[in-house]
Amino acid sequence: MTKKMDNTTRYERLRERYMNGDLDRRSFLGLIGAAGLAYGVTTPFARYANAQTVSQVRFDGWGGVVSEAFREHAFDPYTAKTGIEVVDGTFGGGDEYLSRVKASQEGEYNIAHLSGVFDYARYHNLGLSAELNEDNIPNLEFVIPKLVDVFRKVSDGKLSCVPYDYGTTGIAYNRKHISDEEAKEKGAMLLIDEAYKGKIAGWSDWRTRLWYAALQTGQDPNNIEDIEAAWDAVRTHRDLSLKYWGSGAELMSLLAEEEVYVTEGWSGRIYALQEQGHDMGYIDPPNGMGWQECLFVIKGSPMEACEELLNFMLAPETSIAVAEGQNYPPALDPQKVDLGDKIPSLPAFDPTGTLEGLTFADPEYWNGNEQEWSKTFGRVQKGY
Amino acid sequence: MSVEAREARQPWILLSPALTAVALLLFVPLIFIVIYSFWLRTATGGDEVGFFLDNWQEALSDAFYRDILLNTLKIAAITTFVCAVMGYPAAYFIARAKGNKVILLLLLMLPFWISYIIRTMSWINILGVSGALNSVLIWLGVIGEPIQMLYNETTVILGLVHFLLPFMVLNVFVSLDGIDTNLEDAANSLGATRWQAFLQVTLPLSLPGLAAGGLLCFVLGAGTYITPLVLGGPRDAMFANLVFEAIITQLNWPLGSALSLMLLAVLGALVLIYNRYLGMAQLMKGLG
Repeated sequence: MTKKMDNTTRYERLRERYMNGDLDRRSFLGLIGAAGLAYGVTTPFARYANAQTVSQVRFDGWGGVVSEAFREHAFDPYTAKTGIEVVDGTFGGGDEYLSRVKASQEGEYNIAHLSGVFDYARYHNLGLSAELNEDNIPNLEFVIPKLVDVFRKVSDGKLSCVPYDYGTTGIAYNRKHISDEEAKEKGAMLLIDEAYKGKIAGWSDWRTRLWYAALQTGQDPNNIEDIEAAWDAVRTHRDLSLKYWGSGAELMSLLAEEEVYVTEGWSGRIYALQEQGHDMGYIDPPNGMGWQECLFVIKGSPMEACEELLNFMLAPETSIAVAEGQNYPPALDPQKVDLGDKIPSLPAFDPTGTLEGLTFADPEYWNGNEQEWSKTFGRVQKGY
Repeated sequence: MSVEAREARQPWILLSPALTAVALLLFVPLIFIVIYSFWLRTATGGDEVGFFLDNWQEALSDAFYRDILLNTLKIAAITTFVCAVMGYPAAYFIARAKGNKVILLLLLMLPFWISYIIRTMSWINILGVSGALNSVLIWLGVIGEPIQMLYNETTVILGLVHFLLPFMVLNVFVSLDGIDTNLEDAANSLGATRWQAFLQVTLPLSLPGLAAGGLLCFVLGAGTYITPLVLGGPRDAMFANLVFEAIITQLNWPLGSALSLMLLAVLGALVLIYNRYLGMAQLMKGLG
């Protein structure tokens, strides 16, 4: 019976022969070069061969307090339990991340914390979805059914993700300069109020800009009939704004440093600012932008390890701890799971578990217009 | 093999690792970008393989791209001019310093030890509403309320100057350091004042260094996208930001490829003009 030799042993034997003078320098270097070439050629395929012995899973999310909560309450305990390391990366937005995934090799990226059903649909339509074996994720039963169903509709009844949390993109304002009464009265119009020219900001995301423009022009964000009026509202906001922010960290910095007094903001990040002692107000205007986030498994990932991580993260104790850390309500159904004291106080929390009070983006409508509107926004943003 | 033939082969053998790296890391990706520029983006964000001229037609005929390109060249030109005005005296001081020039050059290189993004973001802490400058001005009683200094074209240029100034100083320094100081003394002995000697002897001889620094500053400045992203307002975009948006936000890699090649062509033309009249040797000295 022959014993299998690993690469290190092969190299050591070869080196020994060279040092003993049994092998000339040219042959030694030639063999090392050939081994390097062979390794380079086979490595992409070795990834699949190693799929059954997974030692790490890559997870990409939104950074900041969100990533810290994931690391502390989910990844570290998961690694301690299973021995599988979770390598986490961050991104500033779904578009940027999709571009990275598109440029990557299959299996390089594994799980992403995606926002919105429209993102899920884009990944699915690009052939990046995988099929989860739900038997391996028994904790899925604790999730609000409505959140699961919208994903199933996109991917023919199957799932490539599990819902994880939800929140809103509402209006955040500095109470030193804007009162709660004024914010409630003006609602979305506060973002295009001449009185705050140069003290207004907004997310550089075309969907958010158009969503709020729809509200400012009295239209249904999921059925904008007068798109030119909406673009004019985007232009008005642009001319009054100091800055478009590109990440949660930048949003928090602009508000905390009082560079701006009002902007739309992510509910959890504004709650984090309030927790830090900043006197910030936050409202969701009528038809405000609701969204749900999911943990999406990308095609080519080690499925069993990913499913095990998803199940671990959906366990009520993990999910609640993460939610309390990142300040977004979990996707767990409050009718089935006791969510403790803090979560019911978070912005956007729905105690009924029906989420009837939130308006979500219609993925078909927004993705159908994505190509044209994202391009137009690029021009409007620059003064056109 | 004859000695001549072996000697002729040797430089190529020595150059082969570098040439291989350039071929694999520069030319091969460039060929991919050229090929991509003729494809089309599908409605779902995928790519339609083929030979389509749509992206090039759009990039070359749309006034939007032309205007942003012109604005980018304008910002790069202003930045280069400011770098030249600020960099020349600094380089002159270092070149004529009697003490240890190495320490001065080391000080010049210090900023490179810190990430470019961090250096750019540092301006937020300096010029922000609650930044150092406003705090000092309020403390001194010069102003009552903080002044809004950030997020406009001026701060973009400021950020670029901060980034590019060492490149200008280094190039001018290399040029000045190579000039024999006896030439200025000779001009003085022939009756020229120090200012005249500088204007008519030193400055003309240092122009190749100034031009090399100018070219570097201009090309690097015109290709940046981080600075306008961090320090610019909603409208302050440069051409590289369009490439970023096309590829990242719109997932339109084919159009992004055409736009990046367009920028490359414009900047490449500038380099060729420079090479035609001044040669690349001076630039190599400055970079070395």
